[in-house]
Amino acid sequence: MTQLSYRTAFGLIVKRDLMIAFRHRDDIINPLLFFVIVVTLFPLGVGPESTTLSRIAPGIIWVAALLATLLSLDRLFKSDYADGSLEQMLLSPQPIFILVLAKIVAHWLLTGLPLILIAPLLAVLLHLNEHSYGALMLTLLLGTPVLSLLGAIGVALTVGIKKGGVLLSLLVLPLYIPVLIFATSAIDTAAMNLPYNGQLAIIAAIFFASLTLAPFAVSAALKVSTN
Amino acid sequence: MMWKWLHPYANPEISYHFAGKILPWCARLAFIFLAIGMTWALLFAPADYQQGDTFRIFYLHVPAAMLSMGIYLGMAIAALSSLVWQLRLADATAAAMAPIGATFTFIALITGAAWGKPMWGTWWIWDARLTSELILLFLYLGVIALHNAFEDKNLAGKAAGILALVGVINLPIIKYSVEWWNTLHQGATVSKLGQPSMTADMFWPFLVCFIGFSFLVAALICLRFRSEILNRNSMRPWVRELVANEVKAHAV
Repeated sequence: MTQLSYRTAFGLIVKRDLMIAFRHRDDIINPLLFFVIVVTLFPLGVGPESTTLSRIAPGIIWVAALLATLLSLDRLFKSDYADGSLEQMLLSPQPIFILVLAKIVAHWLLTGLPLILIAPLLAVLLHLNEHSYGALMLTLLLGTPVLSLLGAIGVALTVGIKKGGVLLSLLVLPLYIPVLIFATSAIDTAAMNLPYNGQLAIIAAIFFASLTLAPFAVSAALKVSTN
Repeated sequence: MMWKWLHPYANPEISYHFAGKILPWCARLAFIFLAIGMTWALLFAPADYQQGDTFRIFYLHVPAAMLSMGIYLGMAIAALSSLVWQLRLADATAAAMAPIGATFTFIALITGAAWGKPMWGTWWIWDARLTSELILLFLYLGVIALHNAFEDKNLAGKAAGILALVGVINLPIIKYSVEWWNTLHQGATVSKLGQPSMTADMFWPFLVCFIGFSFLVAALICLRFRSEILNRNSMRPWVRELVANEVKAHAV
């Protein structure tokens, strides 16, 4: 029996997840719509003054991104768990680390990346300071993978539970706080035309730490969930 | 092997009786230390030159805050040993600790609010320490919620353990992120090693109170640990025997 190389296994899973998602396009579009609608709610609630809006724009965009990611997390393991393919993957000879990482990468490509692409448009609506656009994009680029990685731990823990939705947000949102803090602080600093590479470096550090550690936690959690 | 003496305690029955043996001692010591410490702290320790008698809430607030973090660390260590060495009882310990830790976090937040009102003029501010303590409470509640969500308590223990470990890695990150984000709370007074920045006649009652609270936590953990064991082993013969004896004793 020939064994798949790690790279092939990784590629196959990413491809499979992307293909499934493209056949259910709603799954990609709905979190994005949610993101846009949440962001539009804020000017309606807070009032349309552009000074206020540009002050709170980084926070709004980031909080909305957190919530949109949270909503989309369910898809990461739930359907695979329901139809049994997750168990087959865990039983396969490939290390779970690779499989889990592939699934997370696919999830990020389907939610994180579209969020990043649509964020500048929403930033215009919120009168974000013009110096901040670079910071917004960079923090989203480094930060949204962290959201997918940490969120995967929460999903893996709750995938076996029937009503895991609310529980998931309870578990995951506290873990998102550091990313939120540093990302908004970087954007605020950029608005004052100051260097923000300090905050960016910390987000990058969080990104690499979670990239190397989170898949282990996810695989342990999946083993518990599938029992 | 240096760990061999530990092996008998992997048996739930032996651990149950061991916890039962040390429980009264912890409870007594907690009572003695807290009685002495609280009387000393509330009646005889000198008032602060600036804050007056208000500062006496310190003797409840600081031990609770320190223990809230200490219990989380203990819970994470228990979770780690259950994941690494597959100790079922470590799971039970972690499960026993979570609600106690959450309660102490809550006490720290409430007493902090009560102290903040006269000193800072507000119940709550988004300050670094307050916020990270609040997040600690969320982490505890997440662990408890996850634990309750599973029917099978062994699975629940493992899942909650993973979450506790993820949380403990995140805790320093959260703490420092929040600290750089915003701060008003005073720095550490007690834990500065060697030279606590408070006078001895304020420090000693604090130490007695802290030891008292620590014994209280130990007693509570023993108590909850015992009931966790009973809960998980309710079908075992020795538990049934125990219950039968209990029923007999009460019938007489």
